[in-house]
Parts: sequence; structure tokens; C-alpha cells
Amino acid sequence: MRKETYLPPIIDIENLGLDAGAHLLIKYGLGAIPPGGELRVVGSSPGWEVQLAAWCRAQGHGMSMQQQDGHPVATVIRGAADAGRWHDAAHAGHGDAALPGAVADQALSCWGLAARGATVEAGAPDIHFRLDRKDEVWADTAAVLYAQAVAAQWNPATAIDWNEPFDLPAAVEDAVAQLMTYLIENEAAALVVPARFLGQVHPHFREIQALLAIQVADEARHIEVFTRRLRLKGREPALSTAGGQASLKTLLDEPDFSVAGFLLSVLGEGTFVSLLNFLHLHAPDPVTRQIARLTARDEARHVAFGMSHLLWRLQQEPQFRTRLANAVQSRNDALANTAGLNEEVFDALILIAAGEFTPQAIAAGYVRVQQLIADMAEGRRVRLERLGFDKEAALHLAALHTRNFM
Amino acid sequence: MAKPLLLGAVAYAPKVVTIWEGFKEYFRRHDFEFDYMLYSNYERQVEAQLDGSIDLAWNSPLAWVRAERMARAHGLEARALAMRDSDRDLCSVLVVRSDSRVATTGELTALAGQMIGFGALDSPQANLIPRDHLRAQGLLAGRDYTARRFDELGGKHGDHIGGERAAALALMAGEIDAAWMIDGNYLAFAREGILPAGATRIVARSGSYDHCNFTSICGISAASDEMAARFTELLLAMDWQDAQVRPLLELEGLKAWLPGRTSGYDLLMRAVDDEKFYDAEGNILATDYRY
Ligand SMILES: [Fe+2]
Ligand SMILES: [Fe+2]
Repeated sequence: MRKETYLPPIIDIENLGLDAGAHLLIKYGLGAIPPGGELRVVGSSPGWEVQLAAWCRAQGHGMSMQQQDGHPVATVIRGAADAGRWHDAAHAGHGDAALPGAVADQALSCWGLAARGATVEAGAPDIHFRLDRKDEVWADTAAVLYAQAVAAQWNPATAIDWNEPFDLPAAVEDAVAQLMTYLIENEAAALVVPARFLGQVHPHFREIQALLAIQVADEARHIEVFTRRLRLKGREPALSTAGGQASLKTLLDEPDFSVAGFLLSVLGEGTFVSLLNFLHLHAPDPVTRQIARLTARDEARHVAFGMSHLLWRLQQEPQFRTRLANAVQSRNDALANTAGLNEEVFDALILIAAGEFTPQAIAAGYVRVQQLIADMAEGRRVRLERLGFDKEAALHLAALHTRNFM
Repeated sequence: MAKPLLLGAVAYAPKVVTIWEGFKEYFRRHDFEFDYMLYSNYERQVEAQLDGSIDLAWNSPLAWVRAERMARAHGLEARALAMRDSDRDLCSVLVVRSDSRVATTGELTALAGQMIGFGALDSPQANLIPRDHLRAQGLLAGRDYTARRFDELGGKHGDHIGGERAAALALMAGEIDAAWMIDGNYLAFAREGILPAGATRIVARSGSYDHCNFTSICGISAASDEMAARFTELLLAMDWQDAQVRPLLELEGLKAWLPGRTSGYDLLMRAVDDEKFYDAEGNILATDYRY
């Protein structure tokens, strides 16, 4: 058998110099051969040989020059350094969460900020994220909820007809200002809680990161529109009570992502959906009604995330239900000595539902607010049962929820 | 604690501290006591090695030439223990703007009367070897061409890239007609955009030469030969695939350490003689040399 002379593959960089990007062609050519393999290079730009020699030296490739038919031909021997860099590299799951094994149960600190699925060089700095376990944060619906949230974003400047004329009795407009003051501080808690977790979630769980981020943006918008409604008729923010803030502070103090989501989203924001639906129906002016409709839609999404995450966590860890029940109980205990919902807010709700400052209207408003409170508790009970609490426990825990609503 | 092997190195940039602290840690991990002293210039470092203050020196090629000559003058022998893979067979290139009247190949007579930029006086790659190259072609500074020096940080033997960069900038600004630089810096300046793609070309290249090495001088250091051998062994074992070591190698600009060789310094030795930089005993002859 005749032995054929083996000639390594050849590339022509033509008149492109290595001072002008020719290294890309050579790199690509070397990518197709194993370390130790050879690639021949020819070119015609002035000094390309010396440029190639310098480049090979810096990259750890070998190089020699030959003459062939009176023209210089370089032979590059691929070094091991470019491949060596990726020796011991970490592979962090897969970009598409739907693929098997895509999302790790435990995200590693050495993956840092890398895209999920990236090849991460060994020796990259450890970046510690407190929430690095899937069971602590995950919800299978997060990507879908995020997509819905993106599609449902609304612009306060155009989505609400701020110029629609109306004029409320002064006492009722005062009540609106008081209610908005209350809503704003509750929205501030609803913004701060996910925002604090957002910086602690390992970026590997990017669907959760994205959903928290857009939720924070939702809450910022809610604060904006409530503030704008408050100022629409020239009012200043009204009263903020110690009891109200004490109730919200317990949400900020909760370090566990799931427990915080349970208290804030499932119970608090769930209750707020009832309140906002009530305002959509009974608010005395068109602007407040529009605001209530749009914010209720966002809140429903926040509740859905909380529910989805807890269903997932309870599926992994059924005994976590006890921890949730204890959290409601201890929050109730912690708030036992506070006033709960402030009287001003309660009265404001009655006046808003009444719409007029007359005995008959107030009587009707009072009944509506009583009905609202009952509806709120019923909503909580239904959600608790969906999370697997039995009827009795659900009823009990629904009743223990803070009187501050959120 | 055993007496550590003491290495001398020149502080040509702040990263030098990071590098040698990293090496110290690496050697410690392998139960080898190692420490380093930093010098502000290679001349003082070479003299320190000759008086026994340091056991080893991380020497520029020019410092190697001087150490080798001084050792020999004292009846001693200098050895190159190890070097970077990236320090073998370098060359310097003479770069002109694309519109230069100097042709691409060989014919340097067109440089007559032109202004050529060089690096620091003590730079092997941007002054000594380039001047020697032109001299060998029959071109002398002051007679056939005007030399303009871009001198930065004397005593650092051109380790500081600043002189070559300043020359490249002056070339593009039209202040000089040609500039010498090490081949790798030509590519680096292209990446930085100082030399725009296609705006320059190489009209001459020097012969090839080697760069730095770890120098030991037998019979003068307190450290034993075994310690120097162990140092070399651990150095050569540094593995690019090792994520703990790779950042150090990257900072120091190599992929692997190679055994030292002294065959790559002939060109520089000739240049040192012709340019009258050191004499045969390693005494400094250059009169306008500040370090
Ligand atoms: Fe909200
Ligand atoms: Fe919310």
C-alpha cells in the first residue's frame, strides 16, 4: 500500500493582517483540529508571518515557516492552552428550563452571574447568593407569569383618564386621601419585600429573578398611581398609624422566601385583590375606579406566583405546611397588642362606599364594608384550602390574618 | 522556619506585587519556603545578586547579559534556570505608516534622512537590538537617520510598555516616520486601536532573540543547589489547567514555564557591545543612562 503524504488543512488569510482581524480565521481553523494538530496558513499582507509568529507565541501555539513553490507557508501547531482553560469548567444546567435537569436543585456560588447553561471557567470568583436552593424559590409557572406580566404592563399616563371631571363632597375626598395614604404604605411593603429577596436569589433561577423584578416594577407603578390620585384634588397624604406599620414590618422581617410569600402574597395581596375589586365597584369617582381595576389585575398575578411557589414547595416538603400555620399564628401574636386596621382607614372605606355624607348613604356603605371584610376572609380560606389546609385550619388561619389586610 | 529562597524582581508595574505574592503562596502550598525582594531597576538587582543579597533573579535579557558578564569577571558562572514559553524567539519590527516611501521588503536605504522612533535607552527590543539591526544594514543614527527616543522608566530595561506605545502614537500623529516595537506589541497596539487596521505596515524585522529568565549564579548565593533545583521543578510544574495557578500565569503572560536556555541572547550581546552599553566585565558604559 502506498503511503500518502499527509498535508494538514490550509487556510488563506489573503491580504488580511493580524493587526486587522486575521486571527479570527486562524482561530476558527484551529478549532477544527485537536491540540497537537497542524494547520497551514498562507497570506499576502506585508509582515503577516511575523504577526502570526507573535500571535502564536502569545496563544501558546507552535509555529514554523516553510517555503513552498517560492511562497512562505506557516505551519501552526495547536497548543493545549485554549482547551486547557476549560479543563474543570463547570456546566450550570441548561438555558431552557423545560429540558430535563435544566434547573439545578442547588445552584453553586462558583457559577456566579453566568447564564444558566454556560460553561464557567474554574477559578471564577465565588458569588454567594443566599437563596441558592430550588425548593426555596421555585415555581413552575414563573416564566408564564413573567410573560403575562410583561404583556400586561400599563402606562399610568395613558391607561387612566386623569382629566375625567368629577367633584366629591369634601369629606369623601378626604376619605379618598386617607385611603390612598394607607394603600401607598402597603404598596411600599409589597415593593420592598420582593426587592430584598430579588438581590438574594441565585441568578441561576432567572425566571424567579425576572418575575420578582417585574413585580417590583408593578408595585412602583401602584405607588405612583395612588399618589397621583391622592394629589389629584390638591390633598396632602393623611395619617399613618403605628399599628399599620407594625403589621407591615413583620412582613419585612420575615427572612424565609416561602413564608414571606405566603404572608405577603397569598394572604396579604390576596386580601388586597378583594379590596381593589371593592373599590373598582364602589369608589365614588371614575379615576379611583380605573386605578383599582388595573392594580387588582397586577395583584392577582402576584397572588398567583405566591400560590404557585407554595404549591411547589409543599409538594417537595409537605411538612412545611405546619411552618406556614405557625407563621400566621406568631404574626398574630406579635400584633396582638396593636390596633390592627386604623380607624381612619375603616371610616374612610365606609365613606367611600357611601359616596355621600348622609345617614342613608353611610348606612349602605357600612353594610358594604362589612360584606367586604367577610369576602376577604372567605377568599383567604379558599386559598388556604387550595394549599392543602383542611377546612377547619383554613377557617381558623383565615381569621387570624392581620386586621391591617396586607 | 527554613531560610527561604530569596528571589529578586524588578517592580516595573504594580501587578508585580500581585504576581510574586501569588507565587509565594503557590510555593508555600508545596512546602517550599520562598520570598522575594523588589528592586526599582535591573542594575541594582544584578549588583545585589553579585553581592549575595538575593539567591535568584528574575532578569530581563539585558540584565542577564550583565549578570553573566559580571559573574564571569568574578570567576563565577551564571545559569538560566527557567523562562516563559512566550519569551522564546521574539523579534522586533520596524513599522511605518502605509503611505511611507519605504518599501515593504528589505530595502531600508529609503529610511535615509527619516526620523525613527525608539523605546527606552535600556530596552533590548525597542532600542539596542533595533539600532544594531540598522547598523548591520549600514545605517547609523545621526548620520543616516535621526533617532528619537521615547524613554520611559529608565532601569526597567523596556519592561514598561509605555515607551513603545508613545512611539506608536507619535508614528500615527506624523511626528516620526517609523517606529520600532516588539512584534507582540504591534498586535497589542492594533487591538488598542493605536495602530488602526491597515494604517501601518512592517518594513523590517530583527533577528529572533529570547527574553527574560530566572538567573542563578553558582557559588555566590546562600541557597543550596538543591533549593534552586526544587524551585525550578515546582516552577515547571505550574499547570495552565490548574485554576489556582492560571491567573498567575495569565498575569505574567505565559502558558507554561520552560527550562532556561542561553542560546537566544547572541543578538543582544552583539548589540550591547556595538552600542557600548556594558563592557565585557558588565560595567555600565552608556553615559546618558539614568535609572
Ligand atoms: Fe401592588
Ligand atoms: Fe402586589
